[in-house]
Amino acid sequence: MDGFPILSLMMAVPMAGAIACLFAGANNARWIALIATLVDLVLGVVLWINFDQSGAGAQWQFTEYAPIFGRFAWALGIDGIALLLIALTVFLMPICIGASWNAINKRVGEYMAAFLFMEVLMIGVFTAQDLYLFYIMFEAGLIPMYLIIGIWGGANRIYASYKFFLYTLLGSVLMLIAMMWMVHEAGTTRIPDLMAYNFDPKIQIWLFLAFFASFAVKMPMWPVHTWLPDAHVQAPTAGSVILAGVLLKMGGYGFIRFSLPMFPEASAQLAPWVWGLSMVAVVYTSLIALVQSDMKKLIAYSSVAHMAIVTIGLFAFNQAGLEGAMMVMLGHGLVSGALFLCVGVIYDRLHTREINRYGGLAINMPRYAVLFLLFTMASVGLPGTSNFVGEFLSLMGIYQVSTWAALICTTGIILGAAYMLYLYRRICYGDQVNADAAAMPDLSAREIWLLAPIAAAVLWMGVYPESFLAPMRPDIRALEARLAPAAPAGDSQIKMGAPKPAGEGHHEEAAAHGEAH
Amino acid sequence: MIETASLLAVLPELILTGSGLVLMLIAAFGGDRSTHAVNWLAVLALLAAGLSLCTSMAHGPVAFDGLVRADAFSVYAKALIYGAAGAAILLAPRFFAAGGALRPEYAVLIVFAAIGMGMMVSAGDMLTLYVGLEMNSLASYVLASFMRQDEKSSEAGLKYFVLGSLASGILLYGISLLYGFTGSTAFDGIAIAMGDGVSKGELFGLVFVLAGLAFKISAVPFHMWTPDVYEGAPTPVTAFFGSAPKVAAMGLMVRVAIEALGPAGLDWQQIIIFVALASILFGAVAAIGQTSIKRLMAYSSINNVGFALVGLAAGTPAGVAATMSYMAIYVVMTIGAFACILQMRDADGKPVDTIASLAGLSQSRKGLSAAFAIFMFSMAGIPPLFGFWAKFLVFDAAVAANLTALAAFGIAMSVIGAFYYLKIIKTIYFDEPAAPYEAKGGAVENIIMAACAIVIVFGYLLNPLLDKASAAAAASLF
Repeated sequence: MDGFPILSLMMAVPMAGAIACLFAGANNARWIALIATLVDLVLGVVLWINFDQSGAGAQWQFTEYAPIFGRFAWALGIDGIALLLIALTVFLMPICIGASWNAINKRVGEYMAAFLFMEVLMIGVFTAQDLYLFYIMFEAGLIPMYLIIGIWGGANRIYASYKFFLYTLLGSVLMLIAMMWMVHEAGTTRIPDLMAYNFDPKIQIWLFLAFFASFAVKMPMWPVHTWLPDAHVQAPTAGSVILAGVLLKMGGYGFIRFSLPMFPEASAQLAPWVWGLSMVAVVYTSLIALVQSDMKKLIAYSSVAHMAIVTIGLFAFNQAGLEGAMMVMLGHGLVSGALFLCVGVIYDRLHTREINRYGGLAINMPRYAVLFLLFTMASVGLPGTSNFVGEFLSLMGIYQVSTWAALICTTGIILGAAYMLYLYRRICYGDQVNADAAAMPDLSAREIWLLAPIAAAVLWMGVYPESFLAPMRPDIRALEARLAPAAPAGDSQIKMGAPKPAGEGHHEEAAAHGEAH
Repeated sequence: MIETASLLAVLPELILTGSGLVLMLIAAFGGDRSTHAVNWLAVLALLAAGLSLCTSMAHGPVAFDGLVRADAFSVYAKALIYGAAGAAILLAPRFFAAGGALRPEYAVLIVFAAIGMGMMVSAGDMLTLYVGLEMNSLASYVLASFMRQDEKSSEAGLKYFVLGSLASGILLYGISLLYGFTGSTAFDGIAIAMGDGVSKGELFGLVFVLAGLAFKISAVPFHMWTPDVYEGAPTPVTAFFGSAPKVAAMGLMVRVAIEALGPAGLDWQQIIIFVALASILFGAVAAIGQTSIKRLMAYSSINNVGFALVGLAAGTPAGVAATMSYMAIYVVMTIGAFACILQMRDADGKPVDTIASLAGLSQSRKGLSAAFAIFMFSMAGIPPLFGFWAKFLVFDAAVAANLTALAAFGIAMSVIGAFYYLKIIKTIYFDEPAAPYEAKGGAVENIIMAACAIVIVFGYLLNPLLDKASAAAAASLF
């Protein structure tokens, strides 16, 4: 594979598809989009197979470099972290196209073009090795998403599209200023070089905050998460899937690629604040999710809670936490995507997202109930499913640094079980009170084909996570080594007590002493 | 005694003057029937003048004992000016034909304005500057009221004339102060006199000169003429005002600030920073409530001028290069946007300019809507469109010059500006269709629109070229 520009090809295929879709009729556009995304999926598999997971070779693989833009370059390359997120993207995209097959029937060509363009940009974000190229890809994603929400969204779509656009734009522009400063300081736009550059710790705080503004909004972290429920609720099903599945991961990717390795000291100093925000997010948004009457809103709030587990893992500064954060991102990408698809399935039939309008679907839609149960359990973090691995590792990582943060965030798992099981009970169990809901047909073959691959991936990740941990392990190790000098000390250090002289101490006292340690 | 080298250095102006006079005669004797011929001949004259730029630099950089410069900076600016002026001529006929004002004088006036603008950007002396400025302004006043039977157009011309004369007066007063305190009207003479410290009188002169020039680029707080003139003037004239004279005035501002007032850099830097931030903020906020797209473009131009000034505020060669790059990209966006706006005609071919009439355009005119969206996203500074790169360059220069706070404020306010550009896209793409437009646009309009859109989408490939040209232009000032 040496020298073959597979990454550029992965971006060229959907780009060509997008242009073709603009000029094609509705049905042709659907097929063009499906074929383009499937070709990209195949390319993604080829990429994974050829990726050197041993960690013995270079960290950055499949690199391409073409200085065609003057001040910045078309510089691409991936490590294990990027590989996994690209795999997630190309895996979800054909499913998104399939989910829109019948649901979208006006302006199909433009819709498919927007999605394919989105795929180009997402792959671009994860492969860019040039700071400015990354920014351009990162920011350009606003355009197709704005159009997707605004044209094909729900009743309140215009408000949601503005809020999405302006919120994320405001977050990002400050990051751009910080990037300019860094490039002038370090004299390079190459991301790998910047990751190794040591910025002055005093300046790092400012740079960190500027990047944080962008990634925290994208992530989204409490209290700048408010755009997400609006965007999710109003977006069409596939838009929600890609938003929750991949776009939110750009925030996490930003932390792991930029904030942590480029500003380790600032990250360590501000880590308690990040833990604080994450703890609030886990508890607060879980409680909000508990009282939602709109299915999509409920899942949107659960996304915020899950993303807080990601940040808590990232800012644990150890291998378990970082790997856990990545696994939660991947797992959540699959599971929340699948949950939005599940919502979409019944929304397509009844055209309402009100939970109360459903009930007892396990009776007339048994296949649906089984798959929905699987994804509900995965979202709760049941062992054997993808999210368990990630959440467990994240919480294990944070436990080594802050037992309090671990304690509070773990309640999120319990609350998560509460709201998800409550949702499932109201939709699938109980009496069939609504006649129209009771008359809904079970999953069609197309819908099964959309959900089954995700179900398989969720189980694979839960049962044999090593397949997903192996590619990123060398990169996580390298990151941990980079962070080690700055990493905050844990609050549960084992201290050796001074032994009392034999015979003097009481037995009870010694026992109490031991407990305190 | 006039040297041949000096004459060759101003060859573009000579070509335009000669052809302008000839075209005037053709227009006088040919009447309205000659309009199309005059238009095309005027474009050819601009093209010839543009080609002659290649040779004029060889005879520079100083001509007529320093009254005129023929350096890389003037060549860069003139190339933009002639291009924009040519586009303004090509875009006009359909509009004027619909309004019953298809007259050959339009192209002639634009050619005369182009001569004035060329003199502005190549001035080496306050007096050349003033003559060039007035030449451009007089042609512009007439152009603004070109549809003389239209009340709004006449009003625009009158307003422009009254306020423009006031600004010229302020500028002249500043020039006289500078002359009185430095003993020179030549840019280099003023710079030498200011080299030993800036006296109170020189400072006053500087403030008045900058105020006069700020009027010409329509920067806050000297912007108040812009919305009325943009709205009242015939749309092709608005397209012209928004592009070529902006480049000329900005070039003039940059040249005066760097060449003549360079030693007083710290003094004018504060003024420029204030004017830049005020323009960005005001241009963004005031545009939000507009219902006419022409008025909106007026506020958008105020907003853009603010961004361009951020580069000048840096005061470095990189900053000047960034400002000039900004103007190049801005001109392409403006011409493209107006090529779209000129296609806003109802089913009977009558021009409309309300934003509401754009509703649901994407369902009937896909190409036009896509172009509109491209230009609006680009003006909002959203990558991967080229408008982002313009903003990037000026803010990058500001950051490099340690004006990080200015850059942070400016870019944060650009988010406010993004809102009203988004509003247009929302109207076109999200809203239910309003009364349909004319089914097809004119060929020339479509070609110019498509060409501009291609530059805006694939502009990053031009980066090496643009960097080189603007850096050379900036280097010739320092």
